[in-house]
Amino acid sequence: MSDLITLTVDGIDVSVPKGTLVVDAAKRIENDIPVFCYHPKMAPVGMCRMCLVEIGLPMRDRATGELMTNEDGSPQINFGRGLQTACTVQVSPGMVVRTQTQPVTEAREAVIEFLLSSHPLDCPICDKGGECPLQNLTMAHGNGNGRMVYTDKMKQEKHVPLGDMIFLDRERCIQCARCIRFQDEVVGDPVIQFHNRGRSLEIATMSDPGFDSYWSGNTTDICPVGALTTADFRFGARPWEMTPVATVSPHGPAGSNMTFSTRIEAAAGGRTVIKRVMPRQHEIVNETWISDRDRFVHHFADAPERLRQPLVRKDGKLVAVSWDEALNFVAEKLNGLGGAPVAGLSGDRVSNEDLFLFQKLLRKGLKSNHIDLANRRMAGGDVVAQVGVVHDENYDYPQRLGQGDAIVVVASDLHEEEPIWWLRVKQAAERGATVVVLNARPTRLDSFATYALHYRPGTAVATVRNLLSSAKVKVDDAESDLVVAAQALVKANNLVAFYGAEGVTYAETEAIARLLGNLLLLKNGGEGHVGRPNNGLIPVWPHNNTQGAWDMGVHPAFEPGYKPVKEAGFNANEIYAGVAAGRIKALYVMAADPVGDGLLAGRGQLDLLVVQELFMTETAVLADVVLPAQSWAEREGTFTSGERRVQRYYPAVTPVGESRPDWQILAQLGERLGLGKPAFAASLVFRDISKAVKSYKGMDYRTLAQVVQQWPMVSDEALYYGGTAFENRSGLGQQCPLTPPKEPFVVPEVDEMVPNGLALLRAAALYTPGSLNKYSPIIAKRLARPTLFVQNADAAKLGLAMGDMAQVGVNGTAVSAQVRVDNMLPAGVAVLRGVPYWPGTAVADITKIEQ
Amino acid sequence: MIKEKYAKEIEGILARFPTKKSAALPLMHLAQREYGYMSKEAMQEVAAILDLDPTHILSLAGFYSLYYEEPQGKYVLEICNDLACALRGADDFVEMATAKLGIPVDGTTEDGMFTIKTVMCLGACDRAPMLQCNLKFEEHLDETKFEALLARLRAEAETGGEETAVAPKIASYAVKK
Amino acid sequence: MAHILLRHRDIPDLRKLGVYQANGGYAAWQKVLTEYEPQQVIDIVRNSNLRGRGGAGFPTGVKWGFIPKGPGDKYVIINTDESETGTFKDRELVENNPHQIIEGALIAAYAIGAKTIYNYFRGEYMDAAYAFEEALQDAYAAGLIGENILGTGFSCNFYCHYGAGAYICGEETALIKSLEGELGQPWSKPPFPAVEGLFRKPTVVNNTETLANVPPIINNGADWYKSMGTERSAGVKIVCMSGHVEKPGNYEVELGTTYRQLIEMAGGMRGGKKFKALLPSGGSGPVIIENALDAPMTYEGLDAYQSVMGSSSVIVMDEDTDMVWAALKMIHFFKHESCGKCTPCREGTFWMEKVLHRLYHGHGTEQDLQTLESVAKQVKGRTLCALGEFAINPVLSTIRHFPNEYRAKLNGRGSA
Ligand SMILES: Cc1cc2nc3c(=O)[nH]c(=O)nc-3n(C[C@H](O)[C@H](O)[C@H](O)COP(=O)(O)O)c2cc1C
Ligand code: SF4
Ligand code: FES
Repeated sequence: MSDLITLTVDGIDVSVPKGTLVVDAAKRIENDIPVFCYHPKMAPVGMCRMCLVEIGLPMRDRATGELMTNEDGSPQINFGRGLQTACTVQVSPGMVVRTQTQPVTEAREAVIEFLLSSHPLDCPICDKGGECPLQNLTMAHGNGNGRMVYTDKMKQEKHVPLGDMIFLDRERCIQCARCIRFQDEVVGDPVIQFHNRGRSLEIATMSDPGFDSYWSGNTTDICPVGALTTADFRFGARPWEMTPVATVSPHGPAGSNMTFSTRIEAAAGGRTVIKRVMPRQHEIVNETWISDRDRFVHHFADAPERLRQPLVRKDGKLVAVSWDEALNFVAEKLNGLGGAPVAGLSGDRVSNEDLFLFQKLLRKGLKSNHIDLANRRMAGGDVVAQVGVVHDENYDYPQRLGQGDAIVVVASDLHEEEPIWWLRVKQAAERGATVVVLNARPTRLDSFATYALHYRPGTAVATVRNLLSSAKVKVDDAESDLVVAAQALVKANNLVAFYGAEGVTYAETEAIARLLGNLLLLKNGGEGHVGRPNNGLIPVWPHNNTQGAWDMGVHPAFEPGYKPVKEAGFNANEIYAGVAAGRIKALYVMAADPVGDGLLAGRGQLDLLVVQELFMTETAVLADVVLPAQSWAEREGTFTSGERRVQRYYPAVTPVGESRPDWQILAQLGERLGLGKPAFAASLVFRDISKAVKSYKGMDYRTLAQVVQQWPMVSDEALYYGGTAFENRSGLGQQCPLTPPKEPFVVPEVDEMVPNGLALLRAAALYTPGSLNKYSPIIAKRLARPTLFVQNADAAKLGLAMGDMAQVGVNGTAVSAQVRVDNMLPAGVAVLRGVPYWPGTAVADITKIEQ
Repeated sequence: MIKEKYAKEIEGILARFPTKKSAALPLMHLAQREYGYMSKEAMQEVAAILDLDPTHILSLAGFYSLYYEEPQGKYVLEICNDLACALRGADDFVEMATAKLGIPVDGTTEDGMFTIKTVMCLGACDRAPMLQCNLKFEEHLDETKFEALLARLRAEAETGGEETAVAPKIASYAVKK
Repeated sequence: MAHILLRHRDIPDLRKLGVYQANGGYAAWQKVLTEYEPQQVIDIVRNSNLRGRGGAGFPTGVKWGFIPKGPGDKYVIINTDESETGTFKDRELVENNPHQIIEGALIAAYAIGAKTIYNYFRGEYMDAAYAFEEALQDAYAAGLIGENILGTGFSCNFYCHYGAGAYICGEETALIKSLEGELGQPWSKPPFPAVEGLFRKPTVVNNTETLANVPPIINNGADWYKSMGTERSAGVKIVCMSGHVEKPGNYEVELGTTYRQLIEMAGGMRGGKKFKALLPSGGSGPVIIENALDAPMTYEGLDAYQSVMGSSSVIVMDEDTDMVWAALKMIHFFKHESCGKCTPCREGTFWMEKVLHRLYHGHGTEQDLQTLESVAKQVKGRTLCALGEFAINPVLSTIRHFPNEYRAKLNGRGSA
């Protein structure tokens, strides 16, 4: 970098980019200037005063402007202003910093003594004890004595629930405002604040529900003391008793990196259990933040309802059997079908290894291409493999979108669907990026959007098509916002496009993905936006490994790596119809609940239904065989994020009962169906994947586990610096290379389905009741309840008022939902939240429920 | 609801700043004048007008000592007993006043009429002892004058004349231009 | 001597626009608008050696000169927070001579190119400031403020704003935060308000009294102003005399007047008592004693006595005053008013009050006395804004000057 500035810290030269703060510059040469309020991801405030150091600047002759020198020729340095906070001062050329002088040492001692003067010193029972910045810095810089008379100490409340998830101990708080600033500056939910003044400052919330934010858990990581703790972990374990195990979000398509803290627990019968989840630093994926869903959802893995043994239906009843019996039974039944059609449906939350063997079992073992995702919600994995986003693999000064760059988001409510991506778009907007949001209704993203355009429900594809054609020609004075937005997009240096599935059908998502692909491919005299770092398409997949499922060929028309099959099989909808009509005789369902989701009415005319699952779902209840799978916490594997980053996760806890990893079950079954010896490790399955899927070539479990030093450094030994997010020691994953298309995509025609009447669209909620969320007690308290949003005029027409209950007809079933009148909604659009997904927009069939 | 009652004032206040948030303190003054203290509802009301989370208003109410988070007497008598006033008898005056009303500092008379508080310097040290009653200064006080003040306030409360006499002229928030 | 700032004492009803104008009011404003370039105005004020009257004494013209030239929003803020113990000068001005402040602020706005002026009053002045609000309306009506002022094309709006009880909001960055509707907590400078102030725009914050000096300076010239006061401390100053004097109140004097003269002006010691000590800058400056009475009241006059002129709010104490009590009163004030943002001030004031309370009530030990002094020193030089520095002044200076009073109270040896 050209604009490096050189300064001296305790006699050592260090060169850092312009704008770097003294504290960060020192960190570069492992000089840990102690901090409490400073956090490298937030603007400095200089309030705790822990980082006071001596800072001197070279003196210049007033008249000539020349540097003044000492007799020995060295520059004269002026330390005039006394101690200064290293966290607020930016480096300048020739600066001299002293961090070990007597005034500095005394200042550190003084600040530590002040901070401890009313601190309860209850480290022996404090959750932070052992990984506490205050504890560490007291050991390093305190004077070992406290002079505060015990009765003079401030006494305060110790167990204050700020909401369902976070507890506050007011006595431990050192008023550093990290939590407040995180909520305000970083995630834009200023729902906690200081209350009172002076020594009486305390954290308070008045939001409803309390501490109303999807990010609240992060405050417990960055709190430099044990003041903020999560409801599920507090008093749960001591940090030194726990073993960190790397993992990846089992839920969101961003693939947030996380760490389990695990411990062997007597109360769990000597099993190793998860005590808490914390972020693991990945500057490109999730920095050091995770959403509360990612933090708290893991409780499903420990739910008492987990399946423990294989079950086979005997005399109409599911009874526990041995694995051999169950697998033999399934193999026998499948072999005995005599070529009758078999189909396989999978969920998209299982690993690449599972999905790969799943399609292999069906394609190779059972000669069937009737393979699909059970929830066929959103298309475009093949498009993403060609024009997906590319990262700048620089973990030191990661390039991030900003001034001159653009982001377009189509048909997605990112805040609810993948908060970490919402955060990324928000931050880019704050850095000056142009953000274009296209949706049928306003979402939280609109407030950061340069252009927020709301199309009529049913016209998503037409709108994106218009956007693309407006981008193709240079227009000087554009008449419509859409054209202005399109022009802004093509002019951008870097362009990232997100698309989701809100209010659109599978076919529409297919068209949108391709249209956006073509937008990215547009050159307009420039370089285009495919294959360059910080450019490309990001699908807002409904699950963590939907991209992996596409890559692995869990698709009726593609084999792994998007090799077209000779004759496409049935897709999920055709499979459901086939079950009913007898065209499908056997169905293998993995990690999905089509019956519970309302996609499959029942067994239909099936001869055999096999379900491989964590829980006794509504589909499992109807099965002939139920095979208990291990959750992601119990085993290893890889997920591929929406950004095509293949990432490893690791076994953390003792498996529940006799459950086995999905891939192993499939391999053992495969052996019985003539597919040869089963792989004995997930890594070996992955080796097969890397051979079968071109974009995974060269990857293996070792390369996926490689790490590099990231910046800012969090959580090294001096963990006070960034808080207790975990340093990433277990792998940054690898991004799949792209195979850019030679020609623009052919975009299928899609019939417009503009509802005549009030249009109803289903919107996602982060805490939508689902197979995982509902088993986490802490999330259960916040599960989104069915809520119908209608605009004032529409509400009036329907005779609905705020708080009423209404019955909403959806695809033949009726849901009752609470009404919220929302003036921001466009007229003619109603939104239903907190209910399972269904595609497209429908004509709303709403009646008031009289109470 | 202050939103309706002070619509003109609020409009005038909002027009003064490029950001809505800046109107928080003025609107809280209006709300407190209306409700006597910053109740939870009052905070929510102000927050809603300004598109803020109510936590922000709570935070301001706690920081600034002129906002009360608990109900107060009809007349809040805030006596300055800071150094400069204390040198001229303010502490004795506080003692006299509390004894007279039979309440401790921070207490409220049973009839809900008076609350006594002690406060930091009010900028009237040359006229000590002094107090502010609902933000209106009463200066050069002694026992006789204090009694007269109480009598006046009681009389006003009966005739409902308090709006003009003891509340600050907050109406000036509506800018004529 | 005729008053320059407290002119209302010489001219009845000066707060009325007509009277103010009949006595030369707004002539300076007119002159500036029609005859001077902004830079000329800055130069005149700089040459007059006018320094800030809010306490810190920063040269006013220099401060205005820091504001970046060129287009863009800029602001002038009048600091009428006046919450320092013993300070009541700005209040007299806003109540009685409001137009002189308005005129001064308008001139400042013109000089830096600001289109908006806010006057930030402490909330407790809401009633007192009504006179100011009326004056403002009259000035608007007369076309002295608003759009296209006096047909010159210059436009400027002027609003009053009320705090709500927080001394710290007198500190300029805390004041700006407060005006933005935030907690009144100061920020760590840089950025300085002149670069990034209100709403992140260049902002000048001036004390009320400072701005009241501006119209006479424009009318009479820099040299006239410099002819008053001393070489380094030019001009006139309002002194707030309070405590044990016969006639407490505001007195306008030339800088350089001695503290002894000030006490005489205020009618001498009350009841003929003997002088013991005085606080020259409200609660925030170190106490001075007899030996400093002949020091001139200037920005540097008390250097030799380890004290400061500050806001020149002189709190006089007679021989009967218990200095431990006085120190306790002051530390209570600062503890009450500490915003809590930075550690040493938040914790130090809380701690010192506890110890001092114990000492005053006769339960203190030698150890407590040592702790008190060392805690105060531990705050020094380490706080985010000057409030923490202020807080330790009365404590350290009373210990320095009156160690025996403290000792006399140790372990039951003191008053109750
Ligand atoms: C704790 C604290 C309180 C202050 N209070 C006031 C005040 O009430 N009025 C004032 O004019 N300046 C006050 N100041 C000084 C201001 O920060 C600022 O220096 C001043 O308003 C600048 O105006 P001037 O240059 O005209 O003096 C205070 C400073 C501190 C640190
Ligand atoms: S709760 Fe923790 S993070 Fe928040 S201010 Fe207190 S110590 Fe800092
Ligand atoms: S003041 Fe620098 S870390 Fe807190």
